[in-house]
Amino acid sequence: MSVLTNYSDLFLSAFLTTIQLFLLSAVGSLVLGTVLAMLRVSPVPVLRAAATTYVTLLRNTPLTLVFFFFAFAYPLLKILELDPFMGAVTALTLYTSAFICEVVRSGINTVPVGQAEASRALGLTFGQMLANVVLPQAMRSVVPPLVSTLIALLKNTTVAAGFSVGEAGAISYRLSEEGANMLAGLSWVAVFFVVLVIPLTLVQRGLEKRWSVAR
Amino acid sequence: MTGPTPAPPMIRMTGVDKFFGPLHVLKGVNLEVPKGQVVVVLGPSGSGKSTLCRTINRLEPIDQGTIEVDGQPLPAEGKELARLRADVGMVFQSFNLFAHKSIVDNVMLAPLKVRKTPAAEARRTAMELLERVGIANQAEKFPAQLSGGQQQRAAIARALAMRPKVMLFDEPTSALDPEMVQEVLDVMTTLAKEGMTMLVVTHEMGFARKAADRVIFMADGEVVEDSTPEDFFSAPKSNRAKDFLGKILTH
Repeated sequence: MSVLTNYSDLFLSAFLTTIQLFLLSAVGSLVLGTVLAMLRVSPVPVLRAAATTYVTLLRNTPLTLVFFFFAFAYPLLKILELDPFMGAVTALTLYTSAFICEVVRSGINTVPVGQAEASRALGLTFGQMLANVVLPQAMRSVVPPLVSTLIALLKNTTVAAGFSVGEAGAISYRLSEEGANMLAGLSWVAVFFVVLVIPLTLVQRGLEKRWSVAR
Repeated sequence: MTGPTPAPPMIRMTGVDKFFGPLHVLKGVNLEVPKGQVVVVLGPSGSGKSTLCRTINRLEPIDQGTIEVDGQPLPAEGKELARLRADVGMVFQSFNLFAHKSIVDNVMLAPLKVRKTPAAEARRTAMELLERVGIANQAEKFPAQLSGGQQQRAAIARALAMRPKVMLFDEPTSALDPEMVQEVLDVMTTLAKEGMTMLVVTHEMGFARKAADRVIFMADGEVVEDSTPEDFFSAPKSNRAKDFLGKILTH
């Protein structure tokens, strides 16, 4: 307990950074992942190929390498300067969106083909069909794997500690530098992660319950 | 040439061929459906009648020939085709109501998104149509909460909400329990009496006798007979039609 009270400022600021990293990357990868999934089922071959290449590349690369890219290679491109925090958000978003894309696409595949046919027969365009008929039903069927992907993202934020972001993964560095009790300190980190995941689990349960009625 | 050119038929198919792989499902089909006519397409399963129905709004693209709807050739997949489909109502065997939307939202969706109808007006029209097909009291329910017959009537209302020029029915009662067939046929009969142009693929001989202006009999991808219901049922010309009628009418 003394570790926690002695280093309460450290724990507080580190976990706040973790939460910020998570929220920004979660929103970013949900949006990007859904767009990628739409491209992967689009009737235009070039768009399909581009999205497939993206997913293959990002899903098959270790997350640490993506971070390394934004820490060392990306600055050489001189496009837009990113501080370590924004670099981490970008790396996490690009990486996670590849997984979200595949989850959403598997959801799209569960929607019966008759739903798309009925939309087309009514005169909806491809985009209108996806947005109004197919995606809403696809999302309903993939709530559990979607939340699992987000939980993985939350834990992946700890990689950012190795790239100068003071999030929860960096707590161990300070504790070790100052000779504090590492075992106790890291146990607290574990406890806080478990606590952070609970709201996600509750969101999942709530959505599943709500959407099971509406079908 | 003097005088106005006659109005084009609502549907005109010329030399239509369609293959599923090596299977030749439509063989040089020619068919014209004038405005206001109710055409019932009969035939044994596998005769290509459903495929015929689905080629008219290009849910099935064809390999050869031309199809015109109200004088306009079917465009390739895209915005223009979407516009044409908006004018062609379709009712499916399996209803295909949008599972995540309430009945009234099902009926309102296309008018809102495709016709850009204001929400209040779309809702009013939707409720009128649901009233007309007898399920206004189910408006706020979800498709899965309705019986098959109610779902199919909702699907008809959804198609009518676009004020189509023509309605295609692809075996609309084949997935229904027997006691629900009549309620759907009643709605269709009323629609026919109101002058809607209709092409109906069905196995309901009663409906063909009562509501059709014309019966098309198909077998093996070809139009074998094209006559009035009276002639078709009392004096079929081809052996295949006689055989088909013998099988259904004997018991």
